[in-house]
Amino acid sequence: MSASTSSDTYQPKTNLGRVTNFVDTRVGGSSIVKEFGRKIFPDHWSFMFGEVALYTFVILLLSGTFLTLFFDPSMAHTQYDGSYVPLKGVEMSVAYASTLDISFDIRGGLFMRQLHHWSALLFVASVSVHMLRVFFTGAFRRPRELNWLVGCVLLILALAAGFTGYSLPDDLLSGNGLRIIDGVIKAIPLIGTYLSMLIFGGEFPGTAIVGRLYVMHILVVPALILLMIAIHLFMVVIHKHTQYPGPGRTETNVVGFPVGPVYAAKAGGFFFIVFGVVAVIAGNFQILPIWDYGPYDPSPVSAGTQPDWYIGFVDGALRLMPGVLWGFPFEYVIFGGFTLSLNVLLPALVPAGILFGLMFAWPWIERWVTKDTREHHILDRPRNAPFRTATGVAGVIWYCVMWAAASSDLIATHFLVSLNDVTYWLRALFFIGPIIGFIVTRRICLALQRKDREIVLHGRETGRIVRLPHGEFIEVHAPLNDYKLHRLVSFESPEVQPAEPDANGKISGTEKLRGRLSRFFFEDRVAPVTPAELAAAHSHGGHDEVETAESKAEISSR
Amino acid sequence: MGDHSHGSPKSSGTVATAGQSEVEKFQDPGLPPHRPRLADKDPRAEKRAEKQVAILFVISIIGTLLFFVGYFAIRLDETIATLRLQNFLLGMGTAFAMLGIGVGIVHWAKTLMPDHEIAEERHAVRTEEDRVIAETMVTEIIEETGIKRRPLIRNTLLGAMILAPLPAIGILRDLSEDLNPDVLRHTMWDAGVRLTRDPSGTPIKASDVTIGSAFHVIPEGLNEAEHKLEEKAKAVVLLMRLNPEDLHVSPGREDWNYNGIVAYSKICTHVGCPVALYEQQTHHLLCPCHQSTFDLTQECKVIFGPATHALPQLPISVDDEGYLVATSDFHEPVGPSFWERG
Amino acid sequence: MKALSQKRRHPLAAIALLLMGLLVTGGLYAVAGTVNEAQATTTTYSAQDIEEGEKLFVANCATCHGLGAVGAPEGAHGNQAGPSLIGVGAAAVDFQVGTGRMPMQMTGPQAQQKPKQFNEEQTMQLAAYVASLGAGPAIPEEQYLDASEGDPAAGGELFRVNCAMCHNAAAAGGALTRGKYAPALAGVSEKHIYEAMVTGPQNMPVFSDANISPEGKQDIIAFLKTIEEQGSPGGNSLGSLGPVSEGLLIWTAGLGVIIAFTIWLTQRSS
Repeated sequence: MSASTSSDTYQPKTNLGRVTNFVDTRVGGSSIVKEFGRKIFPDHWSFMFGEVALYTFVILLLSGTFLTLFFDPSMAHTQYDGSYVPLKGVEMSVAYASTLDISFDIRGGLFMRQLHHWSALLFVASVSVHMLRVFFTGAFRRPRELNWLVGCVLLILALAAGFTGYSLPDDLLSGNGLRIIDGVIKAIPLIGTYLSMLIFGGEFPGTAIVGRLYVMHILVVPALILLMIAIHLFMVVIHKHTQYPGPGRTETNVVGFPVGPVYAAKAGGFFFIVFGVVAVIAGNFQILPIWDYGPYDPSPVSAGTQPDWYIGFVDGALRLMPGVLWGFPFEYVIFGGFTLSLNVLLPALVPAGILFGLMFAWPWIERWVTKDTREHHILDRPRNAPFRTATGVAGVIWYCVMWAAASSDLIATHFLVSLNDVTYWLRALFFIGPIIGFIVTRRICLALQRKDREIVLHGRETGRIVRLPHGEFIEVHAPLNDYKLHRLVSFESPEVQPAEPDANGKISGTEKLRGRLSRFFFEDRVAPVTPAELAAAHSHGGHDEVETAESKAEISSR
Repeated sequence: MGDHSHGSPKSSGTVATAGQSEVEKFQDPGLPPHRPRLADKDPRAEKRAEKQVAILFVISIIGTLLFFVGYFAIRLDETIATLRLQNFLLGMGTAFAMLGIGVGIVHWAKTLMPDHEIAEERHAVRTEEDRVIAETMVTEIIEETGIKRRPLIRNTLLGAMILAPLPAIGILRDLSEDLNPDVLRHTMWDAGVRLTRDPSGTPIKASDVTIGSAFHVIPEGLNEAEHKLEEKAKAVVLLMRLNPEDLHVSPGREDWNYNGIVAYSKICTHVGCPVALYEQQTHHLLCPCHQSTFDLTQECKVIFGPATHALPQLPISVDDEGYLVATSDFHEPVGPSFWERG
Repeated sequence: MKALSQKRRHPLAAIALLLMGLLVTGGLYAVAGTVNEAQATTTTYSAQDIEEGEKLFVANCATCHGLGAVGAPEGAHGNQAGPSLIGVGAAAVDFQVGTGRMPMQMTGPQAQQKPKQFNEEQTMQLAAYVASLGAGPAIPEEQYLDASEGDPAAGGELFRVNCAMCHNAAAAGGALTRGKYAPALAGVSEKHIYEAMVTGPQNMPVFSDANISPEGKQDIIAFLKTIEEQGSPGGNSLGSLGPVSEGLLIWTAGLGVIIAFTIWLTQRSS
């Protein structure tokens, strides 16, 4: 339409210009440049983890493509005839043999394998840290709830990508991992046995599983991840990035650097940095030495059989569950002849279900409890949302207890304690760890908020001691400048929203629950300093004791 | 600091505050003034930064060259040490190549590109105007299809849409030819099948099994079996000998051991790892995956960990030549529980 | 570890082994007919060795193992202070004393490896004394201790089936129940590996010659020495502990370096 007319009037002067103009008049590049060329992105180190995830994913695609050129996902039997001496002549599957060939007989193959595996570990780690950042700063709040969901799906897909890849080399470690998966699937009531046989193509281990996981690993899961990344980034563009509170930063603007040139250069350069860091690790640290584990065989097993770190929490939950507790077994025969294995089902499904369930639902839970339906583009400093920070820390501790349980045998050997005692302690921590974590974290947050108040009201401690004429010693406090002050006072402190009756004048059960949760979360809180309080503090002399000013503030609040 | 409950619902708990009124707030002082960098003020600093960036890019070039040195100068048909060296050179070459570019670009952006923070206005995700237009549009579209006025069409379409994806699930039926859970109840063991060593498959004489020893056992003929790994996954057995007086034999199992030689399934009843760790003094069997512990003296009852039922025992005896043989298959399914196990 | 293993490959180590072999002159293996004795042997130690050994035994071992090595009565907690050593053989003594596990410093879940307290001659004398009390596995023959003669691939298969579940597939060790553990095998001499297999120290099961033939044991030794000497192809092995140490590295050093870069990247230039 208008493009055709403009192409007629505009005549580019250089060759590059002619090419650009050709493309522009066909796809409308100008409007894209107009939209994105100077788009603003705020700058903070904690905003970079999403990029780390994206870049490690790119490295995974690059190194993974190399590996597919040489890997053969067949479970046919073969005799090894490669150059690794301690396995010469050993019977193994073609998949395992081709992984050995990649490691020992293809130049750079070992490096690419290690690069791929280390990137995978970093990929899931950076996705996790990115999600923790989003959670603890409240970046999931309106309008970003849906993008939080997409992120949760991405985390699950990342786990799926990792697990399907872990099982491909068909070595002893991954084979025993698959065997555990088979055991867990078989524990599913009613359909478990059939499901297991369908997945493995008959009895475990069968000859199908590696090929099937391979298709998932190199096609289905990466395609879904790419799709989700596209949606994720599309929403980032729609919402624009969040920003930390600070002078000049409001709910209606976004302060930072333009894409061209600064942000593009930093983000682009950061890809190479991430690649470089993973390359250093891959060149210096060995990962998954499949030649140590040997080919999969159902009889042997290695001490220290663990999954990669991101599946560790499920494995740890399996370890923590007592099969028989005080003479009470967690396995029953029901309906006259059907076995229900709660000792496997409970730890395999419940903790992961709770963690992911809460994760998916959290934006709505928080919105329901706080009745806060406004848009938020300014992030919370974690201390300024004690309830959320405490809940998050409780979740992290719960996860970490299970995670640690997955390495209970290594904890035992490396700290010279009894394996059984490690399990007993972790079983206790599984229940009390999150509670202690919640209480302690909330107290720390409130204490930090009080410290902020104190700094705002009385200024920063200078360390300079002055003796007053009447003999009293005081420390001189320097007042904050406007910018620093603003950073410490521009936050919101949600209040308890008691249960309210509905249209019929009745307080429903859910509303009562909401009211109770609201009290639980917000009855202890610290409000930001107001100008009046600051003025009062100053008029009082500016250097007096904290308690005095605090109690003054209290009085004025009554 | 703070104050405790006064009983009123709004101010119970510890609250450090002075009235929460929305009106009383500090004025936003706006963006802080821009502070010029060294390179903005000092042309020499600018020149220096430029040089540093160039040096970093040269380091990247050297890194790429290092990669090729590692790739072409080292032959793989030598020892593990050369492989390690090659891996190191490839890694460090790539690292320098990448970090040189990355650090160089970022340094360039930080020191030489403009560093003025810019504020951009946000726009509403949805404007009311757009909503009205979209709503009318959708109403009209639905009206034009007539789907509301023609329930017959709507209902038959719904039915068809629900059924249409079912073949996509049904077609997966042949992922496994065999779906009979009964295969999990039987192993290669049978009356008269000799116990042989894993992996060689040589038979074991009762006299070979001394007190305190542990044999990893497979049924005779397993190595030639058609579905070797599948059979092995069920049939592996751990053979141990104890002082007969240490064994607590339950009624009905009196002839399952031979002079204190006992054979138990090696597949954990939790989720199927090989329970191969035998402690010959405590007579405990430990699974290395989830630490289920079984007491050999109590017929492999679970004494710790997530497993619930004992390891199945394989009844054994000796044949005419003195070799250990099974007297039957296991009397219960081996390995992890499944729904139909009963 | 590497340095240790190299030291052990030192020419002097071979001489020491040779000396050992000479001392055990005429060690004869008799295939035992009884089920309770794997490889009962009649080794010809000199009467003087036995006598010296007895003196050492009475002075250092009899507190726990009893005079005449018949074992001590059960202690207060119901566990034997020291088991009877009749029939354990010279190999058991050579392993336990030669690796410093005996004499034990204190009771615990299992005897710890520590600097050895007796020199080679005293160890030999103790072994001679205990061997004289009853037939048991003798100190292994030199011919089976030469790792270069074994087949590491066959040894690897035997190792994975019989040993890896406790000692880890890369021989890095692993946990057992209630504070016990299977030690790492790097740096353990060929002779001690062999002796551990035939005698089953602590809670390790016995792998008699009827279970794993002497040639099989030699293959296992060859496998262990091969993986120990070749090192890890991919760089630092992180203790060969598997995914746990890999996960730890990426969460500490990996993410740590990345975070350092992000902070530098978003910091304003001075």
